[in-house]
Amino acid sequence: MVSNLINANPVVYEKKDRRTRSAVNDVDEYVGEPIDQQEIFDHLRDIKDPEHPYSLEELKVITEDAIEVDDNQSYVRVTFTPTVEHCSLAAVIGLCLRVKLMRCLPSRFKVDIRVAPGTHATEAAVNKQLNDKERVAAALESPNLLNMVDECLAPSYAS
Amino acid sequence: MSLVDESFELKELQVLEGHADRVWSVAWKPATGFDGVPAVLASCSGDKTVRVWEQSPSSGSFQCKAVLEETHTRTVRSCAWSPSGKLLATASFDATTAVWEHVGDDYECVSTLEGHENEVKSISWNASGSLLATCGRDKSVWIWEVLPGNEFECVSVLQGHTQDVKMVQWHPNMDILFSCSYDNTIKVWAEDGDDDWHCVQTLAEANNGHTSTVWALSFNATGDKMATCSDDLTLKIWGSDLLTIQSGNGSAPWKHICTLSGYHDRTIFSVHWSREGIIASGAADDAIRLFAEDGDGLVLNNPSHNGCDLEFFVVDEPKYHLLLKKDKAHDMDVNSVQWSSAGNRLLASASDDGTIKIWELISLAGDQKPPL
Repeated sequence: MVSNLINANPVVYEKKDRRTRSAVNDVDEYVGEPIDQQEIFDHLRDIKDPEHPYSLEELKVITEDAIEVDDNQSYVRVTFTPTVEHCSLAAVIGLCLRVKLMRCLPSRFKVDIRVAPGTHATEAAVNKQLNDKERVAAALESPNLLNMVDECLAPSYAS
Repeated sequence: MSLVDESFELKELQVLEGHADRVWSVAWKPATGFDGVPAVLASCSGDKTVRVWEQSPSSGSFQCKAVLEETHTRTVRSCAWSPSGKLLATASFDATTAVWEHVGDDYECVSTLEGHENEVKSISWNASGSLLATCGRDKSVWIWEVLPGNEFECVSVLQGHTQDVKMVQWHPNMDILFSCSYDNTIKVWAEDGDDDWHCVQTLAEANNGHTSTVWALSFNATGDKMATCSDDLTLKIWGSDLLTIQSGNGSAPWKHICTLSGYHDRTIFSVHWSREGIIASGAADDAIRLFAEDGDGLVLNNPSHNGCDLEFFVVDEPKYHLLLKKDKAHDMDVNSVQWSSAGNRLLASASDDGTIKIWELISLAGDQKPPL
């Protein structure tokens, strides 16, 4: 394969064991259980990296610890680590995270997405874009980008 | 009339439903809402349409009178009525600005302004309705001249911002244009005579400016003060000398007066200054906040003047206080807040939850403190 990939040789990690959950993992606002770190991670772990046939969990782009959630405050913050410091697909990964959570969490949630500090050359710029809701909305109106995002999200919907 | 001593309530009058996606902006039609003329409001949405709502004289409730659709092919981001109320301009992510005219029972698109390279985010008419300004993600601000027969001619393309321009707003009295941007600055644009527009001032971080995206700006009734709101979680008040502005002689420099911080914990998307002097803000925490200026600029027991008990100064730096906070004004982010100019203390708000709400500011009977 011609190596135009940003990161041709990613490190692939083992997947963590999955905890079986008693409640159905759908959006159900009437289920009494507060939304926790594990649930958010379950929504995100199988998202495919835009460049490689591996999940964000396998590439350690996201880990459970990097998710902060406060159900009472309806707040979530996800910190992700791009595989390479100059990864130009960091914004796409961030967008995938945002879209998945937008589709899976109750609308009361406020979500912040950021790149792990020190892991990206243009961290501030990427973070600003990912958290500008108007920019995100406009980007998602682009069919090409939406397709790319949907492709990355597809494996994460399988229960 | 002093707003300091009264207490207020923001009463929810009505929820306007109908849009199928988030509502980005609302705009009250000028010269409506008083003297028997029913209030009219326009709203625009991610559902690619614009809705026009009219208040029924008998019941007082707002009904949707028109849906402006099948014109914009993407999100309609903002809308603005011409000062006469005859035209409605709408800005869209489809890179065009449409101009609509009320024809019979419906609205007809009479002109489409093209030129921006990508999403158009804001439009503003000048006070006389002779000029229209637009701005967008392509970092530029365009000025269009309004010609007879609903023709529009671009007279200037202003470059200067280094990022996405979020909003443009003409000064309420003078043909001076203001823009605010993702580049964290506010720019002031004026004409040198003969369609030569250029940036006469930039309000940046170094001038006590914002440290993140500036989403909106709004002038007070007299036009000598301006409020700006930002992703940096603050509202800033700026002032300029009224006489200098009005003399039109060169640029009247704007100075930072005051920063309202600690009141918001998420991005502030909208700010609007009422004719009475109440500043409303709409934010990403679903709340609406109202602020007013303290007293008349009298300062007592100013701690920087030791030993002076009852000394008063005409302060260059008026202070502002929170009048009230409406938590959970909507179920999701508040994108826009707009006071009606009709003097009826009506406020409209638009939200990601797909609704518009009409509020009335009610004064509660309170203790009247004796004047100082």
